[in-house]
Amino acid sequence: MSFLEYAPAPESRAILSLRDRYGLFIDGEFVDGRGTPFQTISPSSEERIAEIANANEADVSDAVAAARRAYDRSWSRMSGRDRGKYLFRIARLVQERARELAVAESLDNGKPIKESRDVDVPLVAAWFFYYAGWADKLDHAGLGANPRSLGVAAQVIPWNFPLLMLAWKIAPALAAGNTVVLKPAETTPITALIFAEILQQADLPPGVVNIITGAGDTGATLVAHEGVDKVAFTGSTAVGRAIAKQIAGTDKKATLELGGKAANIVFDDAPIDQAIEGIVNGIFFNQGHVCCAGSRLLVQENIHDEVVERLKLRLSTLRLGDPLDKNTDIGAINSKEQLERIRELSDIGVAEGADRWSVPCEIPENGFWYAPTIFTNVQTSSRIAREEIFGPVLSVLTFRTPAEAIAKANNTPYGLSAGIWTDKGSRILAVADQLRAGVIWANTFNRFDPSSPFGGYKESGYGREGGRHGLAAYLSPAPIGQAALSRPSTRGAVETADGAAAPKARRAVRSATRSAKAATKGSKR
Amino acid sequence: MSGTSLVTARERALAVLGGEPDDATLGRYLHGIAGVDAVGLEQRAAGLGTRSIKTSSKKWALDTIISLIDLTTLEGADTPGKVRSLVAKAMSPDPADATTPRVAAVCVYGDMVPFAIDALGGAHGDPDDGLISVAAVATAFPSGRSSLEIKLADTAEAVAAGADEIDMVIDRGAFLAGRYGLVFDQIAAVKEACRRPDGTSASLKVILETGELVTYDNVRRASWLSILAGGDFIKTSTGKVQPAATLPVTLLMLEVVRDWHLLTGQRIGVKPAGGIRASKDAIRYLVTVAETVGEEWLVPHLFRFGASSLLNDVLLQRQKMTTGHYSGPDYVTID
Repeated sequence: MSFLEYAPAPESRAILSLRDRYGLFIDGEFVDGRGTPFQTISPSSEERIAEIANANEADVSDAVAAARRAYDRSWSRMSGRDRGKYLFRIARLVQERARELAVAESLDNGKPIKESRDVDVPLVAAWFFYYAGWADKLDHAGLGANPRSLGVAAQVIPWNFPLLMLAWKIAPALAAGNTVVLKPAETTPITALIFAEILQQADLPPGVVNIITGAGDTGATLVAHEGVDKVAFTGSTAVGRAIAKQIAGTDKKATLELGGKAANIVFDDAPIDQAIEGIVNGIFFNQGHVCCAGSRLLVQENIHDEVVERLKLRLSTLRLGDPLDKNTDIGAINSKEQLERIRELSDIGVAEGADRWSVPCEIPENGFWYAPTIFTNVQTSSRIAREEIFGPVLSVLTFRTPAEAIAKANNTPYGLSAGIWTDKGSRILAVADQLRAGVIWANTFNRFDPSSPFGGYKESGYGREGGRHGLAAYLSPAPIGQAALSRPSTRGAVETADGAAAPKARRAVRSATRSAKAATKGSKR
Repeated sequence: MSGTSLVTARERALAVLGGEPDDATLGRYLHGIAGVDAVGLEQRAAGLGTRSIKTSSKKWALDTIISLIDLTTLEGADTPGKVRSLVAKAMSPDPADATTPRVAAVCVYGDMVPFAIDALGGAHGDPDDGLISVAAVATAFPSGRSSLEIKLADTAEAVAAGADEIDMVIDRGAFLAGRYGLVFDQIAAVKEACRRPDGTSASLKVILETGELVTYDNVRRASWLSILAGGDFIKTSTGKVQPAATLPVTLLMLEVVRDWHLLTGQRIGVKPAGGIRASKDAIRYLVTVAETVGEEWLVPHLFRFGASSLLNDVLLQRQKMTTGHYSGPDYVTID
């Protein structure tokens, strides 16, 4: 027996208590959708997980109306301190149900459990904790005193980090005082729906967060809805462009976080073993389904052969297989369509004359899989060096001088992220200064932190998520002359919600009112 | 097991260095090797530490760990009786279970070698053949603060007494002062002192004492230096200085060994020593070896654990796998 064929170590699915059918989460309750429901499957086995409701136009309107009601009656009037309490509560519940969320994420998305367990879910909790802390400190968000929330935010998120992208969107929106209608991706709705249960558990006032499932048309309807004040989208550049066109000429504000084709630049004095790890983490993390993936490796010509040889050795130790096995490094491709796109672009790479090398590994019979692949002898004009593949495919290019590295790195319509590997601190600063990318990692790659803003240049989108900057995307400065007045939200919280709100909502608002009063007393003392 | 010949080691070093192994040449060579990023190294080690080793893999791992242990006693209070007790434990770690493998070696001070050999009797021999070898620490262990003459005499005496393996310490003071040529010459001289009259040689483990080298860059350079000078094994620590063996340091040394193998085709051993007490930790080391240099390194002449209390924890785990329940410290023997 070979030791390296580690015995199976699957994470138990017993912790999951999934329903057979999921409705739409509108106004604090699960309701039936009026569109034709669809099935969500596990991409690693193609087994059915659950039936998911499909939101039609009327459902979208209901969700937006619920968000508007919640905004007007409770959330925008609640004090920042009380909003923060809800966010802290959500963060703690995410931590409590971390294992369940990780298993659900790996099942529905196909990503390895070690990533959902060690990266996705802990970051989700961190995001809520971070923005919970901001909720009562909005005066320091950089927009002057008393910034205003925007209203109802329509948020459309992708399938690559289903729950994490949800956290990136919902946490700052709620902290800033907005209410939300969120649409998860068609292929990965499960964790968003479990998250809806967490919101019920947290007793969040109904309508503050609404989660509607469906395909692209549901998202388009949501974004176009006239009751929406803010659009936040993460996904492909094509869809992002369509959204920008759609909302042009309206009052809607937008943040778009789109594609990327990041350069990972390795200089000849780089800490080589760690650089190899960084390259692997840069492009094979989450099967390369990462918008900021380091998909273009720019390596200094004099170490090209050594780097490629070491990379191949390292890739040979990657373990592809069951996403729920704790030793799996590479999971399944999220969908058949995505797998076909990866195959197509990869074949184009070969046709264009690049050399393809794939890890010799066993591919499971069912499900969607693509072995980690690197292309050498890639030219800057190759399509695999220009287009986002969104899969475990790395294109290796070379450069000779720092100036050439910078020029090649910037020579892309995208500009989301970049990586620099060198032992020389001054070179890190000098090169980073000239790269046109929103995030630049030095001697590391694909590290995320809620306090660090994230976003792109050029076709990678606009606006920032994360940190203080991410908060500003959900706020506007106070109208001129009103900045010095006390925050209307704290005064408003004393008024009670009218009888039209659901009984549960009234309870929540009343409790919020009580604590807001207590806070006022405290400040008078 | 026996060490490689000194002549080949020197020729190989000259070929790799392209000149005499003096301070200048060695300095240029060692400082020309790619640096180590501490954060990245530690992340990689932590990542390897998350591997989940279960059922049949765990069973294999536990037995392998036992067969790779250098069961050690290095106390001022050691007596012949204590050494005989250690040897008895080495020969049958779990008296209740005859399927338990033997450890690789016993590791003692030089003056205890005759008692160890005597106690081993017919079980004394090459661990690759299922026998137990005798390792002796030498060269003014653990500080190494003595003259070369004394270090060589210390080594020669242990070899003459029948030690199969010599665990030497490098002169950390000289290394930190940049006197790489001196450190090289000392290792080479000790290697020469490992030679037996019949022309064979005791295997030489070079202890870097990574806790005193402090930086990963230093550990990497000291590893290269020790291998260039003819060490058959590189070993992390004496066990007398904290921190002793850590997973990142061992990973780094394994990377050097892997690179040396790619460069010359020669396989060098690695021995983390000190501070590895739990089976769980030891399994992480096995994973790190297998995924860095390959599974073929998990044999006694290429990988060892320098440990004493680790053995009993492995035995407890092993009993648990056989019987299905945990026993307790009174169900394994103290040595």
